[in-house]
Amino acid sequence: MKEKGTFIENLPKIYGIYTGGFLVFVALMAFLEKLGVSADTIGILFVAFTVFIYAGIGWLSRTMQVDAYYVAGRQVPPVFNGMATAADWMSGASFVAMAGGIYFGGHGYLAFVVGWTGGYVLVAALMAPYLRKFGCYTVPDFIGTRYGGNLARILGVVVLVVASFTYVTAQINATGTIASRALQIPFEVGVWFGLLGILLCSMLGGMRAVTWTQVAQYIVLIIAYLVPVFWMSNKQGFGIVPQFVYGDAVARIGELETMYMMADLPSVTEGVKGGLKSLTVSHAAAGDPWQFVTLVLCMMAGTASLPHILMRYFTTPSVRAARNSVAWSLFFIFLLYFTAPALATFTKLQVLDPNLATGIIGKSIAEVNALEWIQKWSNVGFAQIIDANGDGILQLNEFFMRGDIVVLATPEIAGLPYVISGLVAAGGMAAAMSTADGLLLAIANALSHDLYYKIIDPKAETRTRLLVARILLLAIGAAGAFVASLKLTSILGAVAWAFDFACSGLFFPIVLGIWWKRANRPGAIAGMVLGFAAGTAYLYYVAPAFLGNEPWIGIDHLRFGIIGMPVSLVAMVVVSLMTAEPDEETQRMVDEIRIPKGETIIGSTH
Amino acid sequence: MSADSSQKEGHWAKTKSLMIKTLTIWFIFSFLVHWFAGALNGVSVFGFPLGYYMAAQGSLVVFVVLIFWFVRAQHKIDTEFGMAEDE
Repeated sequence: MKEKGTFIENLPKIYGIYTGGFLVFVALMAFLEKLGVSADTIGILFVAFTVFIYAGIGWLSRTMQVDAYYVAGRQVPPVFNGMATAADWMSGASFVAMAGGIYFGGHGYLAFVVGWTGGYVLVAALMAPYLRKFGCYTVPDFIGTRYGGNLARILGVVVLVVASFTYVTAQINATGTIASRALQIPFEVGVWFGLLGILLCSMLGGMRAVTWTQVAQYIVLIIAYLVPVFWMSNKQGFGIVPQFVYGDAVARIGELETMYMMADLPSVTEGVKGGLKSLTVSHAAAGDPWQFVTLVLCMMAGTASLPHILMRYFTTPSVRAARNSVAWSLFFIFLLYFTAPALATFTKLQVLDPNLATGIIGKSIAEVNALEWIQKWSNVGFAQIIDANGDGILQLNEFFMRGDIVVLATPEIAGLPYVISGLVAAGGMAAAMSTADGLLLAIANALSHDLYYKIIDPKAETRTRLLVARILLLAIGAAGAFVASLKLTSILGAVAWAFDFACSGLFFPIVLGIWWKRANRPGAIAGMVLGFAAGTAYLYYVAPAFLGNEPWIGIDHLRFGIIGMPVSLVAMVVVSLMTAEPDEETQRMVDEIRIPKGETIIGSTH
Repeated sequence: MSADSSQKEGHWAKTKSLMIKTLTIWFIFSFLVHWFAGALNGVSVFGFPLGYYMAAQGSLVVFVVLIFWFVRAQHKIDTEFGMAEDE
């Protein structure tokens, strides 16, 4: 990695060989399975081997240069940055929980799918190219320089830390869950093992190391997501390309829902284990429109305000490359997101349809209980069967499971070999690790660059700065793992909160900083403080975990950005107009960031 | 007003109008279409109820195409006004 030019030029070859190598590894595991090696051993090999590779890349990318540590030397080509962003973006929640969410939530849940893709239109049109031209290292760096003054910078850091920390605990939680299952260790130990892997990827090489491991992780996670779905679809005879042919399956599920009289079945709650649900929501019927669009808006604005995503676009060689790489990011994300509904639909059909060999509804309870996958997941408390009406036949409202297991159990439900389950575990691990890496780095960089270097000790030497950055990374990682081991929130709830925090506090200060010259320091401060405070106060008021009050016009705790954002916008505009306009120099700076040509606003190694 | 600053103004005006066009399409496929998902479900495309299809695939495809189109259009504007980077 010393010869930069040749390394960048050789990227397609390097990752081509890597992909080939990974496929050979999968084939080798399949071969070992044939030889009779136990499923547990294969699971361990999958997770251990991939984590080892990521750590190796992290080690090779170590650096002592500020520019390489914070923005990967600004030389990441758009397509590769797109892959890295996709891995950065798709978390354990996307990989493990999204298909499960669609399985249980039907159309209403697809608001997440729309929100988490459309947000990139905002990133491309409103943010990424301008922030790249600005030449900052972190998002608070932009806020601090555009509006001036330490207060604005510190507020940016606060919002960033709250949003990202909420998010990262969920990711460390996911790595812990997967590591504990694959390596057969207790969850509390799995969390620390996961953290160790994450830190090995990021500590020595900062953004540069994270970039190249994230590309590697994207390749693993997309293979791990697509292969089982294609295999299942072909094995069960649904069609060659599952994404295009599940329309009939959607219609068939509708028929089955009517046949089983889903809407009229009494809901069984007695003795159901925590976190388990039965099917109650129609698969395709349109959800409440207001609920749908409010969730879409929060997730989109959150996407465009989350610092760990925005900072990926600081690493491209040019403004044009930054724009291009947003397009590639969405393309790579799209590959997984448009597969998730197909996966959810086919898995549901396999469980529901009595005409398929895999169907369990309508069969005798004794027969279903004898199935291997039911036994396996029941043993760990992730699936449950309760014969509520005592007729010995399984009804739709008597089968319970956790949403998380839809992706993990699909290979078993469809009767695929175990090597596929091992692959899925490796993919989930890659998804959770890559997001956790990006988030930890976003937090540690904001604290080390904006708080320590820009405010506390502006004369600090490069060595000291990078040392502080690494110590902070370690400390924040440890704090995250500690919080994760307490198991406070569900993975998905915590993820949605992170988006709401980010859009309440940061969306308008960033957008208006670029698009409205008149925006000034008092306005930005008011926007950040009041937006963030209003959103947080509403969350406290409405979340079941806190006060748990009745939501106001259907705005529940997943959507509190709907309260925070307008408050932020109004506060920012009103206060900006009431106070003096920004000085000449600031206005010129805004003019400059609107033009791709020319030097960055902030020097290259500030 | 110098030639340079009128160039800048022309560039920014076109950039703004492209942004508005892009976000209009974005708005339609993010919100409008899904607001009417119930009605659209009465129509069937490729065997899917249309409202469901738009949320599961249709909007996503539009977003991907939209960004690639936006990137090209913006680059054209930058080149036209001599504001593109030297590469």
